[in-house]
Amino acid sequence: MSALTDLTIAQSRIGLEKREFSARELTDAHIRACEDARELNTLVAETFDHALERADAADKRLAAGEDGLLEGVPIAVKDLYCTQGIHSTACSRILDGFEPPYESTVTENLWRQGAVMLGKANMDEFAMGSANVTSYYGNVINPWRRRSDNKPLVPGGSSGGSASAVAAHLALGAIGTDTGGSIRQPAAFCGIVGLKPTYGRCSRWGMIAFASSLDQAGPLTRTVEDAALMLSAMAGYDPKDSTSVNLQVPDYRAALTGDINGLRVGIPAEYRLDGMPAEIDTLWRQGVDWYRDAGAEIIDISLPHTKYSLPTYYIVAPAECSSNLARYDGVRYGLRETGGDLTHMYEKTRAKGFGAEVQRRIMIGTYVLSAGYYDAYYLKAQKVRTLIARDFEQAFAKVDVLLTPTAPSAAFAIGEKMDDPIAMYLNDIFTVPASLAGLPGISVPTGLSEDGLPLGLQLIGRPFEEGALMNAAQFLETVAQFTVRPPYLTGGV
Amino acid sequence: MGVYRIEGESGEWEMVVGLEIHAQVVSKAKLFSSAPTEFGAKANTQVALVDAAMPGMLPVINGECVRQAVRTGLALAAEINLHSVFDRKNYFYPDLPPGYQISQYSQPIVGEGKIEINLENGETREIGITRLHLEMDAGKSIHDMRPDATFVDLNRAGVALMEIVSEPDIRSPGEAGAYIRKIRSILRYIGSCDGNMEQGSLRCDANVSVRRPGEEFGTRCEIKNLNSVRFVMKALEYEAIRQVEILEVGGKIDQETRLFDSGKGETRSMRSKEEAHDYRYFPDPDLLPVDLEADWVEELKRELPELPDAKKERFIDVYGLSVEEAGVLVAEKEIAEYFEAVADGRDGKLAANWVTGELFGALNATGLDITASPVSALSLGGLVDRVADKTLSRRIAKEVFEIMFDTGGEADSIIKDRGLKQVTDTGAIEAVVEQVISDNPGKVAEYKGGKDKLMGWFVGQVMKASQGKANPQIANEILSQKLNV
Repeated sequence: MSALTDLTIAQSRIGLEKREFSARELTDAHIRACEDARELNTLVAETFDHALERADAADKRLAAGEDGLLEGVPIAVKDLYCTQGIHSTACSRILDGFEPPYESTVTENLWRQGAVMLGKANMDEFAMGSANVTSYYGNVINPWRRRSDNKPLVPGGSSGGSASAVAAHLALGAIGTDTGGSIRQPAAFCGIVGLKPTYGRCSRWGMIAFASSLDQAGPLTRTVEDAALMLSAMAGYDPKDSTSVNLQVPDYRAALTGDINGLRVGIPAEYRLDGMPAEIDTLWRQGVDWYRDAGAEIIDISLPHTKYSLPTYYIVAPAECSSNLARYDGVRYGLRETGGDLTHMYEKTRAKGFGAEVQRRIMIGTYVLSAGYYDAYYLKAQKVRTLIARDFEQAFAKVDVLLTPTAPSAAFAIGEKMDDPIAMYLNDIFTVPASLAGLPGISVPTGLSEDGLPLGLQLIGRPFEEGALMNAAQFLETVAQFTVRPPYLTGGV
Repeated sequence: MGVYRIEGESGEWEMVVGLEIHAQVVSKAKLFSSAPTEFGAKANTQVALVDAAMPGMLPVINGECVRQAVRTGLALAAEINLHSVFDRKNYFYPDLPPGYQISQYSQPIVGEGKIEINLENGETREIGITRLHLEMDAGKSIHDMRPDATFVDLNRAGVALMEIVSEPDIRSPGEAGAYIRKIRSILRYIGSCDGNMEQGSLRCDANVSVRRPGEEFGTRCEIKNLNSVRFVMKALEYEAIRQVEILEVGGKIDQETRLFDSGKGETRSMRSKEEAHDYRYFPDPDLLPVDLEADWVEELKRELPELPDAKKERFIDVYGLSVEEAGVLVAEKEIAEYFEAVADGRDGKLAANWVTGELFGALNATGLDITASPVSALSLGGLVDRVADKTLSRRIAKEVFEIMFDTGGEADSIIKDRGLKQVTDTGAIEAVVEQVISDNPGKVAEYKGGKDKLMGWFVGQVMKASQGKANPQIANEILSQKLNV
């Protein structure tokens, strides 16, 4: 039955509809895979009983011909999503044990389409991190290994549990969230597809907030087609989120025509960094060649404010997070450390409840919003953010999509880059600009590093044109033929 | 009223005051949630998930609160900002669940306006409005339920408030009182706030400083926790004297926040400028800016009800009332409505006399509000009709009013049941007059002999014989005719 875990979502849907296997069998196979792979630490809460109930219900709907878009499809859900009555902690000690009495809009949408939740996926605490090493529940292990050494690698972050679970075939797909690259970068590190939709495409209601103006839900899958299926199920206007956009959700799978003839692909000069590993550059050039050879038009463009993206991001995101995380005060839910007066309770609770990276960002955010510093940091960052968005707008007057690397390196070993936050922040250098501009971006696995690790290329699209973006991405997927399986699946670990 | 001055050892001082009024918006739901807003509910029963700042919950602006804020701005003759922004004001407190108050900082929904206040001496003064913005209320911390713990009631958390900020144009406790009363009156007229200060629907903070008349503004102190007009006036009086006493001995005023202790009637320091919070305001990324259409604002302007000042002018013009009478009648919307119902189709001046005279007297004596008056406007109108058509003398009408106030009956049925109708039938009065003349030949002789003053005595006899129902004027006329033959 192990073959069931090798299916794509699209294949599994066909198999279910043809009654080749039941939703229960499909779910069961994935539960066993999850149980066997606990060493990867991808799930912080397993909801297997719940999953089997859901699978049985899916079988009934399949039998009745009332199946939804993702009927019977077992997935993992990043712990940032609130799931009713189920562990929802953002992998922070301050929310340890928290079970919300409500369901996020995105997960509600998925359940309505028949998806089955296997468990809550590990992540960096409050989605702050690029290696999934800041989780209160421990780090996640990437199913890939380097050829040169056999050290356990990080899966990237913050949606590291989601990415690792999909790459290790523990779930057919997963949902993550992306604030500055938290879907795309782990997808690249784990050799899978990760899509960050346009800001406003998916509701943020019930998603524990990190940086409200940047956070966006998205799928992590093994194929572009699966990403299209999942986005169709997740997306939609939500009156409960004022920043969600009231636009029709297209049938994304129908947009995957395979036709890229005449597609104008922009290559931003500023993404060619000094000291970037040659293999990343080579892969990028390879991507350009693939498009050119298939009849696309390659256009060199400039996004002049790119170099300000990371500094801008590391002002805006911490500013918002410093305010968003003020609610974790020990008063109403989550951790409370008593003793002393009110100020002591606040200080002790937050000192114990938040990890070092979260504390660092709260402090940065508090600083940049302070009287006397606001204009120099936050206000300036907002202005630069506008300029970055304008760069993209001008570029999209000339091109349809932008092609860039997803991350400046392949996955690194657990323990590396840990003592230097700035080195860690550099992981998001190619993903952050699109986040600041609210644009959709997708990472597609396109090759292996010399050391045998997956590398991804990123495509950035026009706002709310995820269909066109995924069509361009599927071309890349087809031509790259990335079929290598991670060593974890082939017994290489 | 003379100019308000504080006498110091070295001369006179003037107080300079600006007020911040927090007015709770009349709306069924809170500013950013659908939780109800009724006063007096059991603790923590009116709390939506977002009001408790549960993880992942988002605010959604309540359009009705925006509408009420715009209407209020229009009623204050203020500029309406078609583009406004909600900001987060960050500080930690247990009754503030998200750790920030959603408010409007640099781009409020309403800009500059002005109102005219009415002083006790009949004069008016214009007070500038700096701005009006929308913000959410915090919850309530309850410190006295247990000595070792504070309890929090979130029913109020998230309720919509309008903060109305005045220019520092107020110069005396009396003006401050008149300003609050006028704002309250306007809010109640348009129905954007019920103005109930006891329930906390209208609260006030005051910024106070003193200066030598005509000189630069001094350093100000902010006084918090003023929940009645009387407390505002007392606090200002106390605070100005406190500041003058410091300045008179060469001291200097510390800019600080002070709390009014209504029990002791004094203000005391709450926190200094150094201890002031850094609120780290920034635009709330969960909310879009509020963009209004000019046409919609125009429509709201057209639909505004008549405001107190306009109503006062009209009462003077249409009903011929004095400025004072009109002022009294328009101060409260309910009184104005009551008066107009009485005055409708009747002599306005007479209606005003009855409302401000007998009705107010009876209401005051019983402690009732006009909305709870046992005599409805319609009923009082019925009584005024019987006075106007001379069915009742003024004296008997007062008796009828008292009966109406006690029993809730109608004037006509009381007149009928008790036979209180004034006799205007000249034949009937003539008969009584003739009887009185024939019964008192001696007095008649005295009168005819030149004792004119006896006329009053004769009228009295006629009234007595008719049990007070004869119209005294008609009795007088007939007596003159008969006696002067």
